[in-house]
Amino acid sequence: MIGATQGEIAGATNNISWDQRKRKLLPYAYLSPTLLLLAVLTVVPIVTVFLYSFFDNVIVNPNQPKFVGLENYVDALSHRKFRAALGNTLYFAVASVVAHFVIGLAFALLLNSRLLGANVKALFRVVYILPWVFTASIIAILWRLLLNPHGVVNYVLLELGLVPELLEWLSDRDLAIHAVTFINIWSGYPFYLVSFLAGLQGIPDDLYEAGRVDGANTWQLFRFITLPQLKPIIISLALLDFIWTIHQFTLVWMTTGGGSNSEVLSTYTYKAAFSSYEFSEAATLAMVILAICTFFGIFYVRSQRMADE
Amino acid sequence: MKKYLVGLLVLALMLAGGVTMAQDVVLEFQQWWEPELPEGSFRAILDDFEAANPGIRVETISGPYLTTKDQIIASAATGTMADVVGLDGAWVNVLWKQGALHSLTQAMADADYDDSELAAQIRLAGETYMIPIANFIYPVFVNLDMLEAAGIDPPSTRAEFAAAAEALTDPDNNVYGWAQPLSLEQPNGIQNDTMSWLWATGGSMLDDMGQPNLVDNEALADTMAYIKSLHDAGVVAPGAFAMKENEKVEEFVNERVAMIINTLAHFTLIRERNPDLNFDITALPAAEGYDGPRGLPYASWGIGISANTEHKAEAWKLIDYLTSVEGNSNLTSIANAFPGNVNATPDFIQTDELFMTAFEIFQAGYLANEFTGLPAAEELMRQFDEPFQLYLEGDMELDEFLQIAQEEWEDIFE
Repeated sequence: MIGATQGEIAGATNNISWDQRKRKLLPYAYLSPTLLLLAVLTVVPIVTVFLYSFFDNVIVNPNQPKFVGLENYVDALSHRKFRAALGNTLYFAVASVVAHFVIGLAFALLLNSRLLGANVKALFRVVYILPWVFTASIIAILWRLLLNPHGVVNYVLLELGLVPELLEWLSDRDLAIHAVTFINIWSGYPFYLVSFLAGLQGIPDDLYEAGRVDGANTWQLFRFITLPQLKPIIISLALLDFIWTIHQFTLVWMTTGGGSNSEVLSTYTYKAAFSSYEFSEAATLAMVILAICTFFGIFYVRSQRMADE
Repeated sequence: MKKYLVGLLVLALMLAGGVTMAQDVVLEFQQWWEPELPEGSFRAILDDFEAANPGIRVETISGPYLTTKDQIIASAATGTMADVVGLDGAWVNVLWKQGALHSLTQAMADADYDDSELAAQIRLAGETYMIPIANFIYPVFVNLDMLEAAGIDPPSTRAEFAAAAEALTDPDNNVYGWAQPLSLEQPNGIQNDTMSWLWATGGSMLDDMGQPNLVDNEALADTMAYIKSLHDAGVVAPGAFAMKENEKVEEFVNERVAMIINTLAHFTLIRERNPDLNFDITALPAAEGYDGPRGLPYASWGIGISANTEHKAEAWKLIDYLTSVEGNSNLTSIANAFPGNVNATPDFIQTDELFMTAFEIFQAGYLANEFTGLPAAEELMRQFDEPFQLYLEGDMELDEFLQIAQEEWEDIFE
């Protein structure tokens, strides 16, 4: 290179920088199909809905929609029905997550127990996981039949003398939200069960043996070995479940339609879009739901990072 | 030689142009009717139209009701709506607001059409945008065996209906006189099973300007109080607030409910589900002392033309055919519906006794569905339904319920 001209040096430098640039760009080229899909399927819709939320009624307005700033947010957040739907959503989500956790863990401990034979465990595994097999619409139809005033549930409760009269589970304002929450609990606990069972089977027996040698009783073994070992799973499941439950639409829509004091944010948003044709209001509500989910999503990502570290 | 070749080329181009000009106009016709009719029967009607109108071909875009609704509303927003569309009165207003529908008043004027044979037209701002071409009325279905066992005749007035419902109710055996579905998921119970009582007595929920008139409306207040009295008397099947239309029909089919307000479209379904069910139909009971014509709630297959179509004249020809005596008779015969043309006569009227009765009820009354063409009609029903449930439960006074519904409706009308 000693005798190289200035032009040759410049050409070599260009080649190097092009190679370097190519090397830098190559990963992005590999990623481009995924990035493109993400952009088309996620980024563009979210940005579009976000923009819609700042205009007066979009889509069905033949004239140019007018920019209204935060007016849609003020209207939506201050509406009595929104606050009721938010309250119901939080109750629905928190009660579901807590119950999913308790039932899922209890059944997982049962299936992990050495007291039961292999055949019995296999049978219960099938029975416990059954709710997971059905789609949300099937579950809704099934429970509508069971909870019908003339359905099996009322019949059994009346026969056992547990209720004085026929209960209108899905149409009574005092019962509907609890009934829908119960249905969601029934349909969702197998996810916890399967995850906890996998987690329990991964806890080394040595830990329990060491605990027993130290004189720990069953509760102490559960409290100081099982729960800490399951902690990463519990946090991940709870956060994911909370986010999914906030989204739950089909079950609520097909059982009560959001009536009898069981309105949740998803049904409220759906009605704004496809019943009132107020797409700006629906976009605003969708952004509120997105904000709630993102808040919990951040906790989920952080918990995953901590688990990785 | 060169001149000849050029001449031939010019001739060929002219011929090609002529062929292009003579090409058929293809009309896209989107509706939900074809899947609900016997296979091939709807196409046969369109084939007849094509035979009578050389140069026009009709391509159908068919799907279930809800899919069709979503697709039509989405295509209206993007300006790609089919040339001719099937319409439901509950969503015609939103399409009109978008400017997606062509004025049929204009189309009729352009074609010098005499509209005197049309049974109904849905007008918005003084112009027609939808023509109902097949109508499914909602009379009262009664279980004759249960009525005979109780020794009563099908009711004709509200008082008779209340007395019959009370006599037929037997809670110990889970049998009730009437079922009223008020699910908020499908709030059409407000239209079919609630407001129908008002229309049967010649009442209205709108004022002369077509605006909500729920407050200080004596006929409406009386109707709501009457329905509450049925609930209070315990003659309405339990679970009304979450009940859907199909569940109401199931209750009737399984003889747990003696009387329901129901569409004629369910005739076949009911007969298939319970061939032994001995039932009849009767007009909706009117208030005591009312002897005027009774409004009959109905659902329609409506039809309209896209504002964006380049073939408005051809599109009108298709509507003209489907509303003609011949075309409308053929369509309503296969749909078991009542005609949109007052002179059309569907086959089934002569062959089925129940349909004969229904046709008599149809001719004695008039089609009444005030929700047709209103803005966000389904949402209006829902907004009425919510305080109505509170009123029925006794948690709200009648005046307060109607005041709240009025305010909600006024918001939507704005």
